[in-house]
Amino acid sequence: MTSTAVIDGQQPSLHTHAHDTVAAGTTHAKGQQHPIKLYLVVWGWLFVLSTCSYLVDYFGLHGYLRWSLILLFMVLKAGLIVAVFMHMAWERLALAYAILLPPVLVLVFVAIMVFESEYTHLIRVLFFASPT
Amino acid sequence: MAETALTNPGGSPARAAGWQGIADDWSSDQRAFKNVSWGKAMMWIFLLSDTFIFSCFLLSYMTARMSTTVPWPNPSEVFALTIGGHHIPLILIAIMTFVLISSSGTMAMAVNFGYRHDRTKTAILMLVTAALGATFVGMQAFEWTKLIMEGVRPWENPWGAAQFGSSFFMITGFHGTHVTIGVIFLIVIARKVWRGDFDVERRGFFTSRKGNYEVVEIMGLYWHFVDLVWVFIFAFFYLW
Repeated sequence: MTSTAVIDGQQPSLHTHAHDTVAAGTTHAKGQQHPIKLYLVVWGWLFVLSTCSYLVDYFGLHGYLRWSLILLFMVLKAGLIVAVFMHMAWERLALAYAILLPPVLVLVFVAIMVFESEYTHLIRVLFFASPT
Repeated sequence: MAETALTNPGGSPARAAGWQGIADDWSSDQRAFKNVSWGKAMMWIFLLSDTFIFSCFLLSYMTARMSTTVPWPNPSEVFALTIGGHHIPLILIAIMTFVLISSSGTMAMAVNFGYRHDRTKTAILMLVTAALGATFVGMQAFEWTKLIMEGVRPWENPWGAAQFGSSFFMITGFHGTHVTIGVIFLIVIARKVWRGDFDVERRGFFTSRKGNYEVVEIMGLYWHFVDLVWVFIFAFFYLW
């Protein structure tokens, strides 16, 4: 128990471990304990990534380069926030999969709506678009 | 066996990791989330449902933008500001992004100090977070005012596709509401921390339950989620 908790870098929350406070090293260590430096580093990276995504617009990149860069920076930022700030990296997989898998399935919905809007667009061009 | 699991969450010996761990946790006929309190699990499930709400907004925006035959207004130009004679594209949104990310940073540190029972630092960091959140909402109010003065309405705007206005007001309005609720939530919890409620296990006014510093982490989950949603809005609405 004690060794598992230390290796995971995490303790079970609440009142479970009066007996492993010594192993944890701090007097009051309960819940998620990580060095402040970790948060500062992640904060720094979020600033860098946000600046990068702003520069994509500032330099007026366009087309597939723009879209792929936007998506790349977006995914990296979201990953850092969820993994470190929200501590998902230290939760058990049962929770991580229960929470992270369903939003991924929204991509199916995205695909459906892409087909739908392509179709609507085609119909509008064929029948409704005013000739310019 | 069942009793042990109920009274001693996370107390049973070595649990399997990986896929075996998922199968074990979910099939044990007890609680699926072994070392997570009900409060934290419920916040995560709420955030999951909120994810679907925002997904639907962003999807409807995508559908409107892909299917219209009228050109979409260029957000880079729409949200540009002229500061000191310089015309800078999208600058307001960039500043708002940095403000919100900073508030996430202070929130993460507040959670950390909370678990160390350092109530002064925790309360101050939470209030800083709330102040940054309020700044964000203020800037959003400025942005809305500016756009409304320029003639953006949910049904029309001067630059192109009419759906621009409705998507903009719906998505940013809903997000701004979340930030506002978060600020209120932050102030309420910061007051409890400041007063030492979690040290003396004072019972809550509304729930009559004893709180502990995990409440700060649960509050943090909500706040980081608000930041997370902004990451997606920034990418899809403002930059795309």
